[in-house]
Amino acid sequence: MVQSLHYLKESVSQTAGPYVHIGLAPGDAGFDIYRLELGRDITGPNAKGARITVTGTVTDGTGTTVKDVLIEVWQANAAGIYPGAGPDSDKVEDGFRGWGRVIPDFDTGVFAFETVKPGPVMGRDGRLMAPHLNLWLVARGINVGLNTRMYFGDEEAANAADPVLGLIEQAHRRQTLVARADANRYHFDIRLQGDDETVFFDL
Amino acid sequence: MTTAELYQRDREWHPPAYSRDYKTSVARSPRNAPLSLQGSMSELTGPTFGHNDIDPLDNDLIRNYAQSSDPIGERIIVHGRVLDENARPVPNTLVEIWQANAGGRYRHKKDSYLAPIDPNFGGCGRTLTDDDGFYVFRTVKPGAYPWRNWVNNWRPAHIHVSVFGTAFAQRLITQMYFEGDPLIAKCPIVQTIPDQRAIDQLVAALDLNATVPLDSIAYKFDIVLRGHRSTFFENRPEGN
Repeated sequence: MVQSLHYLKESVSQTAGPYVHIGLAPGDAGFDIYRLELGRDITGPNAKGARITVTGTVTDGTGTTVKDVLIEVWQANAAGIYPGAGPDSDKVEDGFRGWGRVIPDFDTGVFAFETVKPGPVMGRDGRLMAPHLNLWLVARGINVGLNTRMYFGDEEAANAADPVLGLIEQAHRRQTLVARADANRYHFDIRLQGDDETVFFDL
Repeated sequence: MTTAELYQRDREWHPPAYSRDYKTSVARSPRNAPLSLQGSMSELTGPTFGHNDIDPLDNDLIRNYAQSSDPIGERIIVHGRVLDENARPVPNTLVEIWQANAGGRYRHKKDSYLAPIDPNFGGCGRTLTDDDGFYVFRTVKPGAYPWRNWVNNWRPAHIHVSVFGTAFAQRLITQMYFEGDPLIAKCPIVQTIPDQRAIDQLVAALDLNATVPLDSIAYKFDIVLRGHRSTFFENRPEGN
């Protein structure tokens, strides 16, 4: 016998199920209960930087749109600073949460949200990361929330130098994390399985 | 708050993405291996919430949607702590829950189960843990309900729970089950979890000491998030 390490084990994940909106976005479930639904405004009114709109879809392995998905976004501000606990977080604009919840249209499965384009963020070992949104997907049939990133198609040089994209061994799969750019609009399709399956992370 | 790195998430402890008997997972599970990333600021920071974001009644599901009277059902208190794997409390973190009503029906435009909507029950609540990681909700015990998987599957009574922690990579959604429910062992969603000890950790214990006599029965449910590594040796997520 040896001594016990006394660590606890993480509570395991279970699917968010089809009715995740009741808990996290009740307005989308069809009723009004809270004074303030959290996650409806990523940037607040004072955020500097380019205002952008992101649209897209999530599809399953059969090519069918996943209409019951809920996506959380976590991002830095236009200067590349995260609010909260990170370095220089006191310099983030007042009201900038950097976090939001995205729910596709239940009929079409298309999602759309507005935010500001984040700046590049310092990564590990002093290597700058290209601007990106951190995404977390939960839905019926997803046992553990899926982490991925959305990069920006008009940041070719920064993307080419990005240390995370560079870790993706199959180079053609890097494109699954890059949104198509059209001025201040970006389109990003997420594929859970199959051809062009999005790269997901084990964080 | 810390931006220290996190312990590796134990992927053999969590359910796999693909679970044959939970049919919806078949087409919604990635087939490629996930890319393992060491934490950077993108993963080790996360959103924060304060008391301005929520209201005092938000954690009382018996009152937060009541129109004419209390909802129907067994009155329960669900309480516990949010801890990390080092057994340290996680203070001031947002906990959100949602559930079916006592008849097993959700207040959702997509739920068409024949059990009735309760006009006095919304089915969601939220709160912030206190300085010692404690949280509490008051609600009614949700009913079991059938769902389309095999022809005859029933979900055990459960409450969905969402927790943040301090890092986006700690983000967790899980489900709380109730001590003694025979449907737990029969549920393909529960059984996606490979280790019985991990299932047991999702089963809230009847807690008679926390009941309100002649009013509400209580269940205790602790939630454990990933732990932060110590910084005895240099970690460099900030790149300097």
